[in-house]
Amino acid sequence: MATSILHRATGVAMSVGLVIFAVWLMQTAAGPEQYARFSGLMSSLFGKLTLIGWSYAFFFHLSNGVRHLVWDAGYGFERQQVDASAWFVLVLSILLTAAFWVVLP
Amino acid sequence: MADFRLPPNSRIRKGENFRLTGSAGNVRRFAVYRYDPDSGENPRLDTYEVDMDHCGPMVLDALIKIKNEIDATLTFRRSCREGICGSCAMNIDGSNTLACTLAVEDVRGDVKVYPLPHMPVVKDLVPDLTNFYAQYASIKPWLQTRTPPPPDRERLQTKEDQELIDEPAACILCACCSAGCPSYWWNSDRFLGPAALLAAYRWLVDSRDEATGERLDELEDPFRLYRCHTIMNCTDACPKGLNPAKAIAATKKMLAERR
Repeated sequence: MATSILHRATGVAMSVGLVIFAVWLMQTAAGPEQYARFSGLMSSLFGKLTLIGWSYAFFFHLSNGVRHLVWDAGYGFERQQVDASAWFVLVLSILLTAAFWVVLP
Repeated sequence: MADFRLPPNSRIRKGENFRLTGSAGNVRRFAVYRYDPDSGENPRLDTYEVDMDHCGPMVLDALIKIKNEIDATLTFRRSCREGICGSCAMNIDGSNTLACTLAVEDVRGDVKVYPLPHMPVVKDLVPDLTNFYAQYASIKPWLQTRTPPPPDRERLQTKEDQELIDEPAACILCACCSAGCPSYWWNSDRFLGPAALLAAYRWLVDSRDEATGERLDELEDPFRLYRCHTIMNCTDACPKGLNPAKAIAATKKMLAERR
């Protein structure tokens, strides 16, 4: 249940995040000054937290999406498997987010 | 759009507090949802103190004791008291289950007892299951055949074929699963819900049934079947340990494979 509602919530968060992405593209086209203002905003703590949240939404939705794919193929429906895959997805999404921000830059 | 607040006439108020008189060593408190449509009043939460040293171990035992000894107006369904009739399905300690198979000692703190969620309430703990039963009837839960039966014996199954329907046929229609499904809460008028879909699956995989195609046609609908989003509450709730979610996934797979 918790992963199900989180799947939906992260799906919504990703859509909202796309607006930021679109603004970023627009500011890129609007010239260096505009772009500097925008990237300054996104480098602030608030901006960074937003981006981290957005990336977490992406990684959770991705991992849980694969879980749903496995379910749709007819596997992993026993109660223990469902609990195990829920924890796996929750931990994996946090690890992927951490890797994305720590390892990648 | 879903309503997140109950309508004003459904909001639950504080009710009466029935205290235990005299001394008792092992006292448990039961907070029970009460609603009387004839009174025109809002539902309320009455609390009862029960001496567990003189009461059976299950939540149903306590409810029967309350009805017999404390408050005869308390209304609930019960029959077999051993988890096979499905009558005493209710929401206890936040989960849908059978009052007769849940031990009081497995609940921490006050035992909160509500009717099955998101169902119309007839009185107190008695939900109106008319729609639920109509949905069960709509999947035609009987054997449909076109070929005549063998003249000298019944329609036989192999052991393996029988085992396919063993589990789905063990459903007691208590409605714990459907009443715990958010998709069913929001769309119970059009989504069949896990109980009816598990029953449908029971006939889809029955080797003797000859209406598999028609049954699948009936289910191929954005709402009737595909409102299931694999939330898994049904399987979590089932007091018989059945797996409606798995059966629904298998049904979706049958539909995908026949294209």
